Amino acid sequence: MLPLTSNVDTRSEGFRKNREDMLEMLTEIESLLDEAAEGGGEEARDRLAKRGKLPIRERIGHLLDRDTPFLEISPLAAWNSNYTIGSGFVLGIGVISGTECLILGHDPSVRAGAFNEFNQKKLMRGLEIARENRLPYVQCVESAGADLRGGGGTGDPEAALKRESGHFAESGRLFYEITELSKLRIPTISLVFGSSTAGGAYQPGMSDYNIFIKKQSKVFLGGPPLVKMATGEDADDESLGGAEMHTQISGLGDYLAEDELDGIRICREVVAHLNWRKYGPGPTLPADEPVLDPEELLGLVSRDLRSPLDMRDVIGRVVDGSRFEEFKPLYGPTLLCGWASVHGYPIGILGNNGALFSESSEKAAQFIQLSNQIDVPLLFLHNITGYIVGTDFEQGGITKNGSKMINAVANSTVPHISVIVGASYGAGNYGMSGRAYGTRFTFIWPTAKIAVMGPKQMAGVMSIVGRGAAARRGLEFDEEADAKRAAGVEYWGERRSLGLHATARVSDDGMIDPRDTRNVIAMALSACHTQVVEGAKAYGTWRM
Amino acid sequence: MTKPITRLLIANRGEIARRILRSAHEMGLGSVAVFADPDANEPFVREADQAVALRGTTSAETYLDAGKILEAARRTGADAIHPGYGFLAENADFARAVGEAGLIWVGPPAAAIAEMGDKLSAKRRMQAAGVPTLPAVELKPGADAKRAAREIGFPVLVKAAAGGGGKGMRVVESEADLADAVESARREAGSSFGDDTVFLERWLSSSRHVEIQILGDSHGNLVHCFERECSIQRRHQKIIEEAPSPAVSPELREQMGEAAASAGRAIGYTSAGTVEFLLQGEDFWFLEVNTRLQVEHPVTEAITGLDLVREQLRVAQGEKLGFAQADLSIDGHAIEARLYAEDPERDFLPATGHILAWQPSTTTGARFDSGVETGSEVGIAFDPMLAKVIVHAPTRREAALRLARVLETTRVQGLVTNRDFLVATLRTPEFLAGDTTTDFIERVGPARRRLPARAELAEAAVLVALAAQCDRRAAARVLPTLPTGWRNTPMPREQVGFRSGDEELTVHYRSRRDGGFDAEIDGIDHDVRVGERTADGLSLEIDGRRIFATLTRDGDRWLVHGPAGDLELLQLPRFPAPGGEGDTGGLRAPMPGKVLSTHVSAGDSVEAGQLLLVLEAMKMEHRITAPRDAEVVELRVAEGDQVANGELLVVLSGDEPEGEG
Repeated sequence: MLPLTSNVDTRSEGFRKNREDMLEMLTEIESLLDEAAEGGGEEARDRLAKRGKLPIRERIGHLLDRDTPFLEISPLAAWNSNYTIGSGFVLGIGVISGTECLILGHDPSVRAGAFNEFNQKKLMRGLEIARENRLPYVQCVESAGADLRGGGGTGDPEAALKRESGHFAESGRLFYEITELSKLRIPTISLVFGSSTAGGAYQPGMSDYNIFIKKQSKVFLGGPPLVKMATGEDADDESLGGAEMHTQISGLGDYLAEDELDGIRICREVVAHLNWRKYGPGPTLPADEPVLDPEELLGLVSRDLRSPLDMRDVIGRVVDGSRFEEFKPLYGPTLLCGWASVHGYPIGILGNNGALFSESSEKAAQFIQLSNQIDVPLLFLHNITGYIVGTDFEQGGITKNGSKMINAVANSTVPHISVIVGASYGAGNYGMSGRAYGTRFTFIWPTAKIAVMGPKQMAGVMSIVGRGAAARRGLEFDEEADAKRAAGVEYWGERRSLGLHATARVSDDGMIDPRDTRNVIAMALSACHTQVVEGAKAYGTWRM
Repeated sequence: MTKPITRLLIANRGEIARRILRSAHEMGLGSVAVFADPDANEPFVREADQAVALRGTTSAETYLDAGKILEAARRTGADAIHPGYGFLAENADFARAVGEAGLIWVGPPAAAIAEMGDKLSAKRRMQAAGVPTLPAVELKPGADAKRAAREIGFPVLVKAAAGGGGKGMRVVESEADLADAVESARREAGSSFGDDTVFLERWLSSSRHVEIQILGDSHGNLVHCFERECSIQRRHQKIIEEAPSPAVSPELREQMGEAAASAGRAIGYTSAGTVEFLLQGEDFWFLEVNTRLQVEHPVTEAITGLDLVREQLRVAQGEKLGFAQADLSIDGHAIEARLYAEDPERDFLPATGHILAWQPSTTTGARFDSGVETGSEVGIAFDPMLAKVIVHAPTRREAALRLARVLETTRVQGLVTNRDFLVATLRTPEFLAGDTTTDFIERVGPARRRLPARAELAEAAVLVALAAQCDRRAAARVLPTLPTGWRNTPMPREQVGFRSGDEELTVHYRSRRDGGFDAEIDGIDHDVRVGERTADGLSLEIDGRRIFATLTRDGDRWLVHGPAGDLELLQLPRFPAPGGEGDTGGLRAPMPGKVLSTHVSAGDSVEAGQLLLVLEAMKMEHRITAPRDAEVVELRVAEGDQVANGELLVVLSGDEPEGEG
């Protein structure tokens, strides 16, 4: 397999501008990540430290094997919302006692670790990752339960009610999911660092292994105030739900730790005894670094996505030795297909080099089937404005052929990993195995834009539709109002399509530095290989 | 009348066995080693052509068992026996038995050994020959030691009539301590040499120990090979020896040399021997004759160019000395330091343990006569000398400084040694000025241990933390090719704790995108780049300074041999054991040994300094005394018990014994 050569002129003005813009965006993201790492702030952390409590990131740091990598998932959840950036939970994949685990940690400095709509989504995503990839699930629990204030505790309660789309009756699925992991023989471990009340109590309740910390862990369905309200009983919290009570009397606790570090030590021992073996074949190819410089990934994509991008330049800076064996290079060239490896894991890559046409869609369907035949996971590199439109193309069967591609993507059973480097619009997002297509992991670059279509197109479409409606009713078309509306639609569309907006809503697994793409993919692939890696044997009916 | 040797049995162990093997092999002779069980894997056993197990662990069962050694010679067809030094080297009966078995004895005639072996008869012989001697009185059993001591005048030296090596020797300053000293000297002499005769001798506290090497053949030729000075002593045992002596003028050299040579001729001495004197100013007094090869013989070899073992073997074969007195001259200056497993901070108490890392310095030329290698065990049964390091230089000052440097850059780790002390001694202005007397150590007080500077420890901690990091990544079972400690979001740094002596160190580090590390220790940030992690070490750049250190890991112990020498770091557990370890009180055995006598029982009130019990280890007695006024709560051992290093012996009121076990 030959290495790719570079098409990039690093001295060009475009490259330099792109790189400057990217570094500016990365600086912004870095400061957001720092803000997220601050959790509930210095004061809250000092208060916890006085009680001998470690910050959540230190708890996780101690849990991990020294020097092993840690991939944090959705670190910027709840950005630009009524909640603390990061959402109050830390989620990631890390190595404990030589075993990759899905680790979830409540941050007690953020509203005492209480649930909110963002961190619930993050938690559910964590459980999904554990289930799909067969990763032991370790949760560092310290949770006040549901945030009783609702609406983030700010603003007008009426407005909060009107805004609310969820309902209590739909909640609690997480407990179902925890026990389902256990049913699937995926171990679940709760390390309880503090109060775990009401719903929080079921987190250890549903777990396979519970580690409680002396004088710190307190687990009860109702804390002393609720007990007082419900039955009038005056209960002290140690006898109601203390660690010693649960490990000696109720049996809810399995291990009693002296302090936080001791609890972490015990948790590491529990993972060590799990006898965990990965079911996938693991890396089988040389894991040499790319020949092309990954630093140059910074200058490939323009902020406004207007300048063209050859996806080969991304691939050559991500895959082992920059080696890429391209499939059907001469046919349907707007979609690159080919095989390579990342950190030794073989992968099939689909990358956009323009809109999707009938030929490129059929090529994709064939390539996806071939990769399934040989049990090779797929990597989708998105920069897609959508399937081509127009009379000629409709007559040429673009909807039919695009459906073949979506059929193949939907029914493929090898793991899919998506990295959105630029646009991911409309059905193009579906065809490229977007979030809704059972993709195991989705990561986005800071330049990513995800929407039904581009903001300009959206404004233009709205304008044309409006003009048509006016004409049908014989009304005069108000150009001024239209311009105003179009500007508003474009602004709104632009803001909503931004990567940060998507990542804040946990609709991907996180925004990454382009230079980290290779390592992020490797961590995702290694997680996937903890589960069986097996291709599909059946698809939906192909529309011929 | 030459009798050629074809196969030489060496009735000794360790460095001297190797030393003798070297000359024998160079002369084309075959060789046989004998060994005690604990020595089975030591280098001298491997290096001999053949080796015979003596079966047993103590000296008495092995290297002192004449019958087993003669049987080994018979079985292997050896035709000569070299006794080395110590053990049977000065045993006239053994020398005789060797001859009677039809074998060649590499040493002086049995009669000379017998005559010189008894220090009192040797003194009389010297007095008769006109050599000055110090006043001495033999203590017959039941003799009045006090009267004898008064006759000689305090301070007196209590000395075993047989043997040497400082065993059975006690300096007594006043009458009050006399009885105790005589009793314990007798016991030590009895157990070491099988003869508990002791005598009292006048003690010159500030004199030099100067000795003359003599060498004679069986044709009546006898020369002296100049002097050695061996004044640097602890426990009456030499640790630094040199030739020539800075205090001996050519005239004095001739005078002392002639005194020694004529004494040797008077008794028909052959082979190598040493006549020891005390020197004060220009006055000298005869001390004793050692009828064997001396430990410190290499310094004489260095300045004369002779191979004394080769000469011994030639003489034993009946050959004539190949040179006359006039052919010998002194070339430059040589100094030897004896590297011991012992603790200078605990009065040079012998130490035991495994040598986890041994690498003679390669910085500059030096002769290493060593019996050990990495992995050797130093036990309680035999002498804890690890090696002799000898340098030869044009001047005394250069020799001293070079030897200090060689010792400093030698790697010897895993057990306590006197290396730092030797280095400090060699570098004192007093030593460099040649101001060496037998009370040098008490008078000058060189530092007993090198305390590494905090910055040196900090640098070592960073190095070890990152070496461990390399090892963990190399051993990783999952995600092995990912960059070390890779993160996509801000997470805490890695943290590793160490202890060295009383100092604790915590290293924080984090890997960077460029492959380097940000490391922090003691509040100082460092830019670190890890070079190559080899099987035996790590190269590293700290803030642009290139460092290479050799590393050995033994569990949580990291033995670091870096630019400043050896140091050891204990890696602290990542998760402290719950509850912690209760510190146990009470008096513990300072080393493995046997309880010789107990002097108190439970319930006794004792005063600070009062003798509680006597422990024997390494053929030396150790007095366990009360550290303070207290009541004896428990005496945990009885006379005759074997105790392990650190074993609890006595619990005094105020000690808290819980947590024991």
